[in-house]
Amino acid sequence: MALDTAASTATLDVVAVRADFPILGETVGDKPLTYLDSAASSQKPEAVIRALDDYYRRYNANVHRGIYQISERATAAYEEARHKVARFIGAADNREVIFTRGTTESINLVAYAWGRANVRQGDVIIVTEMEHHSNLVPWQIMAQERGALIEAIPVTDEGRLDLEAYDRLLARHGGRVKLVAVTHVSNTLGTVNPVREVADRARAVGALTLVDGAQSVPHGPVNVGDLGCDFLAFSGHKMLGPMGIGVLWGKRAILEAMPPFNGGGSMIKRVALKESTYADLPNKFEAGTPSTGDAIALGVATDYLTALGMEAVRAHERDLTAYALDRLRAIGGLTLYGPPTAEERTGVFSFTLDDIHPHDLASILDEDGVCVRAGHHCTQPLMDRFGLTATARASVYVYNTPEEIDRLAAALERAKAIFAF
Amino acid sequence: MDSFYRENIMDHYRNPRHRGRLDAPTVSHEELNPLCGDMIHMDLVIADGRLADARFDGHGCAISQAAASLLLEDVVGKGLAEVRAYDRDDLFELLGVPLSPARMKCALLSLGVLRAGLHAATDNGGSAATPVVAATADRAGSRSG
Ligand SMILES: Cc1ncc(COP(=O)(O)O)c(C=O)c1O
Repeated sequence: MALDTAASTATLDVVAVRADFPILGETVGDKPLTYLDSAASSQKPEAVIRALDDYYRRYNANVHRGIYQISERATAAYEEARHKVARFIGAADNREVIFTRGTTESINLVAYAWGRANVRQGDVIIVTEMEHHSNLVPWQIMAQERGALIEAIPVTDEGRLDLEAYDRLLARHGGRVKLVAVTHVSNTLGTVNPVREVADRARAVGALTLVDGAQSVPHGPVNVGDLGCDFLAFSGHKMLGPMGIGVLWGKRAILEAMPPFNGGGSMIKRVALKESTYADLPNKFEAGTPSTGDAIALGVATDYLTALGMEAVRAHERDLTAYALDRLRAIGGLTLYGPPTAEERTGVFSFTLDDIHPHDLASILDEDGVCVRAGHHCTQPLMDRFGLTATARASVYVYNTPEEIDRLAAALERAKAIFAF
Repeated sequence: MDSFYRENIMDHYRNPRHRGRLDAPTVSHEELNPLCGDMIHMDLVIADGRLADARFDGHGCAISQAAASLLLEDVVGKGLAEVRAYDRDDLFELLGVPLSPARMKCALLSLGVLRAGLHAATDNGGSAATPVVAATADRAGSRSG
């Protein structure tokens, strides 16, 4: 993926982009809204909001069921959204795109359905020290049930994966390693991980790779073929789409061989009282009524991002990251975590300032209309690694500007003044 | 917007009253807010039906630490019935500025520790007690991701 390739010259007209996002006109008290928490959830452009509205006003109906026109229209739009998502991530086959509620559900689907059938006593699942809890806890639950072992690739002081330690883990456990679960981009450090290498080395011992794409798919060109992984999980709400919709991409042969996850309507061919046969992909993994309007709106979000150009999105954020790294480093007493250059990270900045508690920082920033996150960011093992309980985290997306980084820096200086002893 | 971090709060954060430990407390109690790492420990001395003395110790955000200082400054020396009747609204009034739901938890940590400490002291042979709710109100679910 081009998150880590050489500079692109594509550009993005941020003034025009901002005009597409109604919420950016809001104020907080008398301050403009400075939204720097897109790693938690992105804002939505008018086109996405309109797609949801349009669906519920004009053709809301259950999919795959009705023999009437609005249901057929909803079904066609739902499947069209699947096609758009497949194209967006370079998937060869629409059937490899499973709609879920989000990254969390996508990973749980694999841990339960694939894990139940493929992991045995003494097998090994490799995770990393920088995973989001949603790429740790499902594996822990599954490993406990199956009597498998969890190993973790450690993180270096600069916030990178220690690939030599990874090699040692692979050498020690060899063919007992069944799956490597790795995040493409750290939601706390912004580190872009070399997932292709991780996946290639996993494959060499016969293990599959699941990539958590929650923080990468929204921010640059991601192509599942280039990643070399077997599963990719991501969330719609972090990429301009609605909450409640996400994606699991998986290689067709692997998905076909897996038992189902949830049982229920839509995922069956034929149900008898004691036994059933299951539907083909992708329906096999989409039990129950799907979040149709959300899926359609996610398709529209991919249209919006594609029109901007994912190379341009990446270039915009890389420039903003370089600017933010300079601005933040110039603040005395500020400690920034993660890799030092904009080339090897995305626009996610975790920091502490003197000994001001991150919750106090976030509250003071909030008084200036600046929205950042404070806490462990669902990465407690990573916090432990750096001896922290919490950091403040600012993160940017297509609509953010250098002026907003200036506002962040000014608010941090105000916090320093308040806390100066 | 009116800053929460006004002089009164910051003064109690920088120069906490009743901070430290006591040699012979009637009871000690501490609680942790695991989500943000705020911790408050309290030593209480109960004598003649009064909260005769108290000290707190701990670490965390300015709000949790300043609230503990303000609280102990207000309640030390008061009769137990009055201290037990102390509730969240009294504490918020003491702080004097509106708190967002997420930050109320920080402020309420010290009140929870005080109440749990009094409750424990009463259970361990103190005078007949009216039931005290010992836990901090955990209303603001804090989620990170
Ligand atoms: C890297 C990463 N993985 C997984 C998740 C979980 O995503 P969701 O809550 O949308 O399921 C998030 C975001 O919260 C994330 O940043």
